[in-house]
Amino acid sequence: MKRLINLSPAPATRMFIALLPFVLLLLVYIVASDARLEANPNDKLLPSFSQMGAAIDRMALEPSKRSGDYVFWVDTASSLKRLGMGVAIAASVGLAIGLLTGALPVINASMSPLLTVISLIPPLAILPVLFIIFGLGELSKVMLIVLGITPFIARDLQRRTQEIPSEQLVKAQTLGANTSQIMVRVLLPQLMPKLIDAVRLSMGAGWLFLIAAEAIASTDGLGYRIFLVRRYMSMDVILPYVAWITLLAFLFDWLLATLSRRLFPWNVQGGNS
Amino acid sequence: MIEVNNLGKSYDGNPVLERLNVNVKEGEFVTLVGASGCGKSTFLKMLLGTESPTSGELLLDGKPIADEPGPDRGIVFQQYSVFPHMTVLDNVMSAVGFAQRGLTGYLFGTKRKQARKDAEAMLNEVGLGHALQKYPHELSGGMKQRLAIAQALLGKPRILLLDEPFGALDPGIRADMHELVLRLWKEHKLTIFMVTHDIKEGFYLGTRLWVFDKVRQDPHAPQAFGATITYDLPVNSKARQPAAKTTAETIAPLLAEKAG
Repeated sequence: MKRLINLSPAPATRMFIALLPFVLLLLVYIVASDARLEANPNDKLLPSFSQMGAAIDRMALEPSKRSGDYVFWVDTASSLKRLGMGVAIAASVGLAIGLLTGALPVINASMSPLLTVISLIPPLAILPVLFIIFGLGELSKVMLIVLGITPFIARDLQRRTQEIPSEQLVKAQTLGANTSQIMVRVLLPQLMPKLIDAVRLSMGAGWLFLIAAEAIASTDGLGYRIFLVRRYMSMDVILPYVAWITLLAFLFDWLLATLSRRLFPWNVQGGNS
Repeated sequence: MIEVNNLGKSYDGNPVLERLNVNVKEGEFVTLVGASGCGKSTFLKMLLGTESPTSGELLLDGKPIADEPGPDRGIVFQQYSVFPHMTVLDNVMSAVGFAQRGLTGYLFGTKRKQARKDAEAMLNEVGLGHALQKYPHELSGGMKQRLAIAQALLGKPRILLLDEPFGALDPGIRADMHELVLRLWKEHKLTIFMVTHDIKEGFYLGTRLWVFDKVRQDPHAPQAFGATITYDLPVNSKARQPAAKTTAETIAPLLAEKAG
């Protein structure tokens, strides 16, 4: 018998043991839900899958009686718009700060302490400040996401810039390159896949800030809806919404990973030479 | 062309190099050998401009050498001296882009076409004409170093600095690289400084061999004195013997012996 650390499952087994926890969780849910619904058909805590299906049918495929909108899709669109804007702004600002502080010691000396302090401020603690400054509209929600993830992206890219072997910078200089040429042609292209990595890692935080902002002040959005229907204990709406958010998060992560592989074929492990 | 007057370098008060006095003429091929930590790489870095002398003078054409890297001095490191995100062709063409003024170093139009032609010619010369569109991670160690040399040469340096460029290569490949460097040195009329661990390589290549060592030793304070050039040997280029055979060439006679 091999040692446990040397034991790796065959592909078929791997697939099986990967799916097993999902299947078990589903089974446990179905059994528990059935048991509760049998005892009390009006129970709201663990709705059956048919109840959840009906709820989604109502939210996604029928126009709302009050506004005539397809609520589920309107929520999705507004949430994605906020998240997309927030992440896009954070990525651009983070890249600029990371590149400049990583490449230029003078800028680093003046900005690094500030960046460290800003990154330590809990973003949710200043959400009221954002609401006061930017109002309760879209801007404050986008700003929360921006403030929440920009420091992480900036500091990560700063470190990535400093990790680029100094030999490359010296080489570029011996070929006659000036500072901006080195930043544009040597550093920036090598940071792009790292930027995608940083964005992937900060998407989780992005969703957190999005849902928090929507829960507190909004009139639509996935987070808003979840917190709204909580008042009626509508687990039949909450659970599919959470599943949908999870699926969206998974899709974005997969999309970014694929994009990175396609766009930067040179970005392989140990490809630093 | 290069004048070294009583040059010294110390880190935190610990001398690494001291009392260096040499002159190098245009077109010489100097190899620097010595034990690890003897300061040969430090000397190369001072020529490169990434380190500056703590005492004495290091003059290029009578003027102190710039204290940052510049286009008159090309460099090939043991590793990391090509750009991993550019293809072989782009790596070499970047030398032309960097040589012109501008914010980005990108080339357009006829300049780009001309740069491409020059780069292709240079890559053919070093034997990489078949790998123009490959990325560095797809190349072997020897090919990467060929690329690094081609890139450095298209920058048209007067002085080429080689920092243990073949240290990580197999003996057979290393012999090929020696031929390449000697050929390019003659064709492009370069002045070359090469740091190496391999003393045989030092005797085979080049016109001059410098040995770095400490003349003064204090057993109670090993850091007290720095190294200097203890031997400055002219190398007879006619006596050149191939430094290393390929694996096949080494094994063939042994096999023949066994069979016989």
